[in-house]
Amino acid sequence: MSHFGPATAERARELVSLYPEPRSALIPLCHLAQEQDGWLRPEAMDEIADLLGITPAEVRGTATFYDMLHTEPVGRYLVSICTNIACLLGGADALLEHAESRLGVRPGGTTADGLFTLEEAECLADCDRTPCVTVNHRYVGGLDAGAFDRLLDELRGGRRDDEIPPHGTLVRVRRNGRLRVATEQVARERAAAAEARAARAEAAQARAADNQAAPGGKAQG
Amino acid sequence: MAVTDAPRIVTSRLRFDDSYTIGRYLATGGYEGLRKALGMTPEAVAAEVDAASLLGRGGAGFPAGRKWSMLRKDPVTYLVINGDESEPATFKDHLLIERDPHQLLEGVLIAAYALQVTQAFIYVRGEFALGLERLTSALNEAYDHGAVGADIFGSGFSVDVVVHPGAGAYICGEETALLESLEGKRGFPRIKPPFFPAAIGLYGQPTVVNNVETMSNLPWIVLHGGKAFAELGGGRSAGTRLFALAGHVKRPGTYEVEMVKTTFRDLVYAPVYGGGVSGGRAVKAFIPGGVSAPWFGPEHLDLPLGQDEVGNAGSMLGSGAITVMDSSTCAVRAAWRITKFFARESCGQCTPCREGAGWLERVLRRIEFGGGREDDLELLLDVSDNIAPGLQWPPQQTTICVLGPSIPSSIHSAIAMFRDEFLVHVKEGGCPVA
Repeated sequence: MSHFGPATAERARELVSLYPEPRSALIPLCHLAQEQDGWLRPEAMDEIADLLGITPAEVRGTATFYDMLHTEPVGRYLVSICTNIACLLGGADALLEHAESRLGVRPGGTTADGLFTLEEAECLADCDRTPCVTVNHRYVGGLDAGAFDRLLDELRGGRRDDEIPPHGTLVRVRRNGRLRVATEQVARERAAAAEARAARAEAAQARAADNQAAPGGKAQG
Repeated sequence: MAVTDAPRIVTSRLRFDDSYTIGRYLATGGYEGLRKALGMTPEAVAAEVDAASLLGRGGAGFPAGRKWSMLRKDPVTYLVINGDESEPATFKDHLLIERDPHQLLEGVLIAAYALQVTQAFIYVRGEFALGLERLTSALNEAYDHGAVGADIFGSGFSVDVVVHPGAGAYICGEETALLESLEGKRGFPRIKPPFFPAAIGLYGQPTVVNNVETMSNLPWIVLHGGKAFAELGGGRSAGTRLFALAGHVKRPGTYEVEMVKTTFRDLVYAPVYGGGVSGGRAVKAFIPGGVSAPWFGPEHLDLPLGQDEVGNAGSMLGSGAITVMDSSTCAVRAAWRITKFFARESCGQCTPCREGAGWLERVLRRIEFGGGREDDLELLLDVSDNIAPGLQWPPQQTTICVLGPSIPSSIHSAIAMFRDEFLVHVKEGGCPVA
């Protein structure tokens, strides 16, 4: 009764295999679930918990910490408008206001047709093109009101679909294969390192004991 | 001297449209630094980086070589690259990841060899969708090229690299929060000490965490020698550095400039850099190193772009983000927006930060929107003083990480520099400039 389809499940197993501890795959798996469903459904969080050997509450508790992981449905296009310092100086407040009236929603809201979710974003690190706007995390340049309206038209008409996949698809390039360094080699190195550390700790302890046994020894040394 | 003829160390390929492909990379000397490093001992590679006096380019400016040498005694288990660039108005790692991902990878592989680690993780800010795609493609190409994986370039050295996406949280740029996030948890910074994850890092194992720009410098340093790098710049600030120039300038952008020999004025006004203030207005104030940094006024424009020079003047170069505010800027609104950011991004672990940021944001908002009171200024400073006692620079720490004590920077600066403007907001309910 897998919530993930066969292809998604296969990719999930690949992701888990990249990390020394399964739980490290939590965020990548949440992105994967959003790619399948458009948002992070409770069923997906249950399945991720199973894959990682943790509880659904731990998945949810972690996922809700991160802005990009949506535990409520979002529109096909997540329109993010940055209003942080560089964009503020570039007129972002006016653009956000314009976007609100054009889309008829406040930040956080989704249009009735399910097409757009508007978001007031923090700095998106593209500060030489302000006000910075992204759609599904793809940069669409610094926009004025007219350019913003044209963007909405293009998105509605599906004319930007090659460049901007539906919300949830973050990375369209897949890693080519699994880890290459033999796990036995990694394990051998780890064991040797742990042994070296333990030996050093033991030696340090012995030195400390010696110093205690011979008061003033440290000062003389 | 406004513009020096220092070489472009990390931006040499950006003039090519296909700068991110392995074809262009190999045609422009790519992976030669790694080949050279593999012919040296790991200790010799580390010694070159030490000789370069390369200060970490993330924000704290800790010497990269020393970060590594803390681990000489103990074998390092993991190398983790911090690509979670999210300090507001900072957009230089974004550029390096998107436009020259192979250079970053080569730097990571050189560091992995010097530290003798077999696993490296590159944590990339989740919002960098294109950057993640380019870096993943580059990694695939590098594996096919034999530069990553088992027995790289036939050297006997093996290493795997994993590109790991974040999911939107400013705090994950703090290195211990980043490690927590990489372990699949909330980005809660860890209690210090240890002050560096050197001893207890990823999964409790010895770990080196380095920034993207720091890594991107390594191919050049190995090829040309640490000494050549150290000869650039001045004082403790060696080499060139990327500065992200934004706000009210004619040509905002990321510029690689020689440290110390270049000043803020050069960066803002030189035609090849900022080209002057937009609209020809005057500089009202500028933020020299990301929004965690105290502001400077026009009297500081002639300060050199050096870590100690800026530190001694009471602020920091921080993340290398320089934001110019011209005479039309409302200081209250700027301080309010920055504080709103911190209030949103506080992870919530420590009371002074979690509660303080929210209160400061609300008080600033009421001043900006005409509901302020005259004693609000003292209230702002008092709450700020509770987060960072004494309001000195560098700030005193009351919280697990530096996010909290960074909150007062812009508020304290704005009130100290533009008290009259705050008072007009309070008394007249409106802004005298905007």
